[in-house]
Amino acid sequence: MQNLLVAENVSKKYGDFTALNQLSIEVPQQSIFGILGPNGAGKTTFIRIVNQITMPDQGEILLDGEPLKPEHIQYIGYLPEERGLYKSMKVGEQVLYLAQLKGLSKKEATVRLKYWFERLEIGDWWNKKIQELSKGMAQKIQFIVTVLHQPKLLIFDEPFSGFDPVNANLIRDEILKLRDDGATILFSTHRMESVEELCDYMALIHKSNKLLDGKVSYIKKQFKSNTYQVGIEPTQEEQFKQLLQEKFEVTPTFFHSIHQDLQLNIKIPEKYSQNNLLSFLMNHGKINHFVEVIPSVNDIFIKTIKSHA
Amino acid sequence: MRNLKLIIVREYLARVRNKTFMIMTFLSPIIMVGMVILIAYLSSLNSDENKIIAVYDESDNAFFNEFKSDENISYLDYSDMSLEAAIDSVAKKEYYGLLFFPNSTDNQYLAKHTEFFANKAPGISFLSDIESKISTVLTEKELQRRGVNLNEINQAKTKVNLQIENFSGEETSKLSNYVKMFFGGAAGYLLMMFIIIYGNMVMRSVIEEKTNRIIEIIISSVKPMQLMVGKILGTSLAGITQFAIWIVFGSILLFVVTSIFGIDISNSSPVASTALDMGTQDEIGKLIIDIVHLPLGKIVFCFLIYFIGGYFLYSSLYAAIGAAVDSETDTQQFMLPIILPLMLGIYVGFFSVIDNPHGTISTIFSYIPLTSPVVMLMRIPFGVAWWEIVLSMAILICTIFLLIWVAAKIYRVGILMYGKKPSYKELYKWLRY
Repeated sequence: MQNLLVAENVSKKYGDFTALNQLSIEVPQQSIFGILGPNGAGKTTFIRIVNQITMPDQGEILLDGEPLKPEHIQYIGYLPEERGLYKSMKVGEQVLYLAQLKGLSKKEATVRLKYWFERLEIGDWWNKKIQELSKGMAQKIQFIVTVLHQPKLLIFDEPFSGFDPVNANLIRDEILKLRDDGATILFSTHRMESVEELCDYMALIHKSNKLLDGKVSYIKKQFKSNTYQVGIEPTQEEQFKQLLQEKFEVTPTFFHSIHQDLQLNIKIPEKYSQNNLLSFLMNHGKINHFVEVIPSVNDIFIKTIKSHA
Repeated sequence: MRNLKLIIVREYLARVRNKTFMIMTFLSPIIMVGMVILIAYLSSLNSDENKIIAVYDESDNAFFNEFKSDENISYLDYSDMSLEAAIDSVAKKEYYGLLFFPNSTDNQYLAKHTEFFANKAPGISFLSDIESKISTVLTEKELQRRGVNLNEINQAKTKVNLQIENFSGEETSKLSNYVKMFFGGAAGYLLMMFIIIYGNMVMRSVIEEKTNRIIEIIISSVKPMQLMVGKILGTSLAGITQFAIWIVFGSILLFVVTSIFGIDISNSSPVASTALDMGTQDEIGKLIIDIVHLPLGKIVFCFLIYFIGGYFLYSSLYAAIGAAVDSETDTQQFMLPIILPLMLGIYVGFFSVIDNPHGTISTIFSYIPLTSPVVMLMRIPFGVAWWEIVLSMAILICTIFLLIWVAAKIYRVGILMYGKKPSYKELYKWLRY
C-alpha cells in the first residue's frame, strides 16, 4: 500500500530544548494512524510541522510523494487541541470564511456546508453567533470546519479531549466513515482506549524520540507473553495445583463467571503451544474459560516507557 | 493574495460591525462638537465677568483718575474713609480687591510700596496689567516733573510692522507661520491619534484570536505574516472609514449647531483672533496667496507616505505585543516603548519645530524612524529640501521592513504560546526560534 504521509528524520529544537529528535514515520493511505505519547512528548510539534505552522530544523515531510509545500494546505484538515472560533461571528459566515481560506470557492463551500448542517441536524444555527452556542454545539462546528474541504489527510490533535461523550461518539463514527470514504487520518492522543478502538497503525513517542511504530496488531503480537487466562473446575484441586506449579508460571486472576471455578493466568514456556496446555487442562477438570491474554495498548505503552527510562 | 483579501475583508467587517465601534463613530463627533461649544460658551462667560476693584489713594497723585473702568474691570474710589473700613467694606461686598497707594510724592517709594489687597490670589495677567498701568502713570509723572513734554514723546513713538518677503520677492504674511503651524500640528496630531486608537485595535484583535483559541486553525491555512498584514490593513481601512465619517459628520454638525446657536467659534481661538486683529484686507489677501503657495502637493504626498509608514511601523509593534501576551492586562509593560517615542515626537514637534523648524533637534528627530513621521510632517510646511525627505523616508521604510520582520517573528511564536508571561529576554529568544 502506498504511503500518504512520510516523515524522514524530522528534528526540531526550541532553544536548548529538543522537541523532536530524528522522527521517521510512514502513514499508509486510507488508514488511521495514532501518535501516542505522554504530554510534552513532541506530538503537537510534529503535527504543527505537518501543518506547516512550524518549520523543522532538519528532515523532510512528503505528502503523496511530494515534499511539503504551501499548496498542500488545502489537502489537509486540522483540528488542533487548542481550538476555538470567533465568538462574535455568525456560524455560517465563519465556516465559509475558514473554508475559503482553505481554497474552496464561496459557492462550493455554501453547498457543502448546507449538506453538513442537514446531516448533523443543525440547520437553524446558520445565523447564530458562536457565543450563543453551547460548548458541545461549537465542537460540532469545529468538526465541520475541519472536514468541509474534503481533505486527503485529516489531523486530529487530542480529538476527544473537551468533547462530551455524545459528541465524542459522533466524532468517532465520523472518523471511521471518513476513513472508509478514502481519507487518511492521523491523530495524536494520550488516551489509549481510543487507539485500541480506532487505530490501524500507531507510533509511540516519548521525550522527543520515537520508541516504536507499526501496525497495531503486529505490535500486539510482539508484546504478547504466551499467557492464557483460564477458568477451570478441577477434579482434584490440590493435586492439580501442584502439577501446574511444577510445569508453568501461574498467577491469580479475576474475571466474571457464573461458575465456581479456579481462575488463573498461565504462562507457557516457548516449547509448548496452547494446544499442549489445553490437553493438559482437559485431563484435570472441566474448562469453562480459555482466552489468550493480549496486551492492551496501555500495557505496551507503560512497558515501553519503563524499559527506556 | 486571495487569502490576504479574505483576511482584510473579515477584519474590516469585524471592526465595523462591532457595536462599540458603531457607537463611537457617531457619538464622538457629537461629543467633540459639544465640547467645542462648551469651551466657546465658557470662554465667553469668563470674559464677561466684571471685576470690581476699590482704589484707596493716600497720596495726592489722583491715581484714581488714571484708571478708566472698562467692560472687564470697574474701579471705585474708596479714598474718603479709613483704610481698615475700606478693606472691611471690600471684603464684605466681595469685590475683587483693593489697590492701595501710600502717602508719598516719591515715585521710587510709590513704585515699591503700592499694595494690592485681595482675598484670593489674583491672576498673573491681571497683576502685570495693573503693574504696567501704574508704571505708565508713574513714568509720565516723572517725565513731567523733569520738564519733558509728553506730547512730543507721544508723537515721537513709532509703531513698526515688519513686512516679510521671501527671496524670490513675494510678500508673505506673518500669519502664514500660524497656518504652517496649524497644518503641521494637525497632521502630526492626527497621526498620533490614529496610531494609538487603531494600533490598539490591531493589538486587541490579535489577543482576541489568541483567547478564542482560533489562531491555530487560522494559521494552518495562512501564513502568520499574511494574517498580521491582513489584520493591520483591515483595521486601518476601518479606521479610515471611521475618520472619514467623523470629519464629514463632525463638520456638518458643527456647521448646523453654530448657525442655530449663533456662536462664533473663531472668537475663542487665539490664532484666529490674532488673525482678525491684524486682518486688514491686504493681510488676508497675502494669506490666501501663502496658502496657495504652500507646497500642497508635497504636503499631501508626504502626509500619505508618513501616515501610512508611521501607522505600519507602530501597528506591527502593537501586533507583536498582542501576540506575546495572553490578555490585555499583560500589555502594560510593553506600552512604554510605543508611547514614549510617539510622545517625544509630538513634544519635539510642538516645542522645537515650531520654534525653529530647521534646528538641530528638529532635524535629528525627523530622521529617527520612530519619531520621523510626526516630526517630519510638522516640518514639511516650513519647507524641507527633497533630499532630506527622501533620506528620512528611506530610513523609515527600511525600519518598517525590519520591524515587520521582527514583529512577524514574535507574532509567529507568540500566537501559539499560552500561559507564559513574556519578558523582553523571552521575546529575544523567540527571535532566534
